[in-house]
Amino acid sequence: MYSQGLTDAKGQQEPADLLAEFQAKIDREEKIEPRDWMPAAYRKTLIRQMSQHAHSEIVGQLPEGNWITRAPSLKRKMILLAKVQDEAGHGLYIYSATETLGVSRDQLTEELLTGKAKYSSIFNYPTPSWADMGAIGWLVDGAAIMNQVPLCRASYGPYARSMVRICKEESFHQRQGYEIMTVLARGTAAQKDMAQRALNRTWWPALMMFGPSDKDSKHSEQSMKWKIKRFSNDDLRQKFIDATVPQAEHLGLTIPDPKLKWNEATGHYDHSEIDFNELFEVIKGNGPCNKERLQARIDAHKQGAWVREAAEVYHQRQKDNNESEAA
Amino acid sequence: MSELKLYEVFIRAKSGLNHRHVGSLHASDAEMALLNARDVYTRRKEGVSIWVVEADKITASNPKQEHEWFDPAEDKVYRHPTFYPLDKEVENM
Repeated sequence: MYSQGLTDAKGQQEPADLLAEFQAKIDREEKIEPRDWMPAAYRKTLIRQMSQHAHSEIVGQLPEGNWITRAPSLKRKMILLAKVQDEAGHGLYIYSATETLGVSRDQLTEELLTGKAKYSSIFNYPTPSWADMGAIGWLVDGAAIMNQVPLCRASYGPYARSMVRICKEESFHQRQGYEIMTVLARGTAAQKDMAQRALNRTWWPALMMFGPSDKDSKHSEQSMKWKIKRFSNDDLRQKFIDATVPQAEHLGLTIPDPKLKWNEATGHYDHSEIDFNELFEVIKGNGPCNKERLQARIDAHKQGAWVREAAEVYHQRQKDNNESEAA
Repeated sequence: MSELKLYEVFIRAKSGLNHRHVGSLHASDAEMALLNARDVYTRRKEGVSIWVVEADKITASNPKQEHEWFDPAEDKVYRHPTFYPLDKEVENM
């Protein structure tokens, strides 16, 4: 356990020399480790960002979990199970990295279940067809990889290390999704249509995963300075679009954006304006599945209570048995 | 005289890396283990941080059961990206 109290939680002035040394360390690309001194605001920002990230992994199991029992073959079912299992693991890696900042797992769970903490808006969209499993792996995990690769170099050691592990596991997620899309796109007309509809549903919400546009992103500047963030939301989004469009073209699928066009001069794809009002509405709780997702987590937590209790009771009984044997 | 407690020693070579197991030593308490670990294992600046853990506080898997313990992962090739062939045109995914 590293738990340590929040420095200057009372808003006291932090010593200038410590602050300067802290920033210099980050500028030298050295990592901050749990027991190092850090400004209270850095700690708070990390707890917010990392817990949101962990919650996203956990809630992210739900849209795909929806298809486990209905996967079209045993092979697909095993793959989907393995992927959803990975997401649970990713949540755990990041939760435990967050706990090194002095916050407890119970507190993090409570913030998710009471709606105080946020998670990625993308998981508040429904997954009505099997092709959505393809679109999610390809686009949602693809966008997550774009975001997470730079996080492998984040200034906070435990966060960066958990990202290295996650990125390594994530590439199977994207590939299995693209493979699902490939098979559907090369199948019957109805299957191809199903793939196209899933792409239409997922495209814009996937682009919104990178967050608001740079001019409206309130956390960006400080996070860049602290090297928790390396690229701006818009830069990562553009990178994702540039990588993804040729992948769609290769499958003969159409990106649902009439203004999408390669721009020779910039070396990037131009695209339509993104409707960020939709993003803000979903974050506020008004997406198509917000209530359902949160309720599923609340129910799972309640229904799992007996398992946690049984573990405690078992532990106590083992302890009593050992003591009576020793006596 | 009874033997002093055994401690396992973990060292972080530089900030940003994991602590890694480097060896063990005997000591009367954790503080002494830490001091001894510094003198035994970091004489050439091998690290910037040390953890010591009482050896008998570590619960380990049973080496005799290595096979059955780890074989659930053996037949799950689909957990690896190479299980999914990609066309040449998109192969840098």
